[in-house]
Amino acid sequence: MSTRWPNTVFTVNGESRTVNVPPMKRLLDVLRDDLKLTGTKEGCGEGECGSCSIRMNGELVNSCLVPILQADGAEIQTVEGLEANGELHPLQKAFLACGGAQCGICTPGMLMAAVQLLAVNPHPSLAQIREGLAGNLCRCTGFIRIFESVVAAAAHEKSPPPLQALDAR
Amino acid sequence: MRGKPEAHQLVAPGSLSAVLELLASAPGQWMPIAGGTELMVAHAAGRLGAQKLVSLWGIRDLRFIESTPESVVIGAATTFRDLRAHAGIQTQLPLLATAASWIGSIANQSRATLGGNLVNGSPAADSAPALLVYDAEIELISVRGKRRIPYSVFHTGYKSNAMVADELLYAVHLPSRFQRHRQYLRKVGTRRAMAISKVALAGSALLEDGLIREVRIAAASLAAFPARLLATERALTGGPIDSNIIESAKAALLSEGKPIDDIRSSAEYRIRVAANLLEEFLNQLRTAVSPT
Repeated sequence: MSTRWPNTVFTVNGESRTVNVPPMKRLLDVLRDDLKLTGTKEGCGEGECGSCSIRMNGELVNSCLVPILQADGAEIQTVEGLEANGELHPLQKAFLACGGAQCGICTPGMLMAAVQLLAVNPHPSLAQIREGLAGNLCRCTGFIRIFESVVAAAAHEKSPPPLQALDAR
Repeated sequence: MRGKPEAHQLVAPGSLSAVLELLASAPGQWMPIAGGTELMVAHAAGRLGAQKLVSLWGIRDLRFIESTPESVVIGAATTFRDLRAHAGIQTQLPLLATAASWIGSIANQSRATLGGNLVNGSPAADSAPALLVYDAEIELISVRGKRRIPYSVFHTGYKSNAMVADELLYAVHLPSRFQRHRQYLRKVGTRRAMAISKVALAGSALLEDGLIREVRIAAASLAAFPARLLATERALTGGPIDSNIIESAKAALLSEGKPIDDIRSSAEYRIRVAANLLEEFLNQLRTAVSPT
C-alpha cells in the first residue's frame, strides 16, 4: 500500500473501510473500483441524473460529486446495504412487485432517493414523491411505476393505490 | 471520468483559522471547495484548473444560521437543505427558502452551499435575486480580519467578484425588515425540476396609502451577473400602482436588461419573459392595494 496518500476511513453499510487513494478521487469510483461495490452506477458524472445517489451521514448525495477526502469519518449507505438478513428492503420488494425497474441503471439511485424520502417523510404525497425523486432520471419507465412502487412501500402493500388518490392529499 | 485525481492536491485543515492561514500562506494558490457541486463537475470533465484545493466541508464555524428579530446571519457553508428546513428562513426570508428549494435536486441541496452559489458567480444563480431584494450584506474573512460589503457590489463582472486572494466568504447578513413588504420570486427554466434558469425575477415592495414607498427588483440572467434593476425601481418608487406606472416600469426593464443568447435561452426570450414577470408582480401589488 502506498503511503503517498492519506488514509481515508469511513463506514460503508455498517462496516469500517480504509482506502489509500488520491483525496480527489470520487467517492463513486472508490465504491466501485476500490471496494467493488458496483451496485452504485455512474450515469452523467455531473450531478444531474442521480444514478450514483447514496446516503452519507443520513443525507442523499451524488457520489460522483464527493471527493473521497470529504467522506473521511462518514457513514455511508449504498444499495448493497438495503437488504437485511438476506431479505430485500421493502422498497426493493415494491420495485419488483410494481415493475419499478426496467434496464436497472437508475434503480440503485432511485432506491436510495426513495429510502431518503421515506426516512424524512414516511407518508409522502405524490407531489412530494415527485420532488424527492426529481434528481433521479429514468429513461425506461416513464416514472409512473417508480412512483407507484414508492407508494406501495410507504403503504406496506404489494400493489399501490391509484396515484390520482394521492394528488388529493 | 476525464479528470486525474492524482493531479490535484486536496487538504482538509478542519478549522476556519487553519484554512485562513493556508490561504494567507500562498494567496491565490488554494481553491476552496465546499459541497463540490460545481468543482467536481469540472473535475470529472477534466477541466478543473485548480491544482491545490482546500476543503471547507465539515467546518462548523462556516455552517450556521443565527436568527434574531433584527436579522438573519447565514454561514457560507450552510447548505440549501439547511436553508429550506430552517423555520426562521421560511418565515423571515421566504424568498430565500423558495430559491433554496429550486436548486438542483435533494442530493444537490444536501451538498451545495450558499457561499458556493455566490462565489461561483453564475449569472443564473438561484439564490441571488432573493438576496438582492433583501439588501443582503456579504461578510468576508481573512487572517487580516473581517469586512462587510453590500451584496449588490459583490459581483464585479462575469464570474468575478470583490474578494481578494486570501479572503473567504464567511457569512451572509440579511435584515429582517422586509417582512412588511410584499414579495415575489419566480424562476423560468426548461422544466420545473433540475433546470438552470433561463431567467428569474425577484421583487419586494412596501406599500403605504396605496403608494409604493420602497421597492427592490432584481434579476438573474439579465446581465453578466445577478443584479438589481435600479432604473426599474426608480420608475416605481413613490408612485401609485396603475397601468401607467406598470408600463413605464416595463419599459425601464426592457431598456436596462442586457441578457445574452446562450445554450439555455435567447436574449429576446429572456428580456420579454422578465418584463412579463415584472408585470405579474406589479399586478399582484395592484390587487393587494385595491382588491376586486
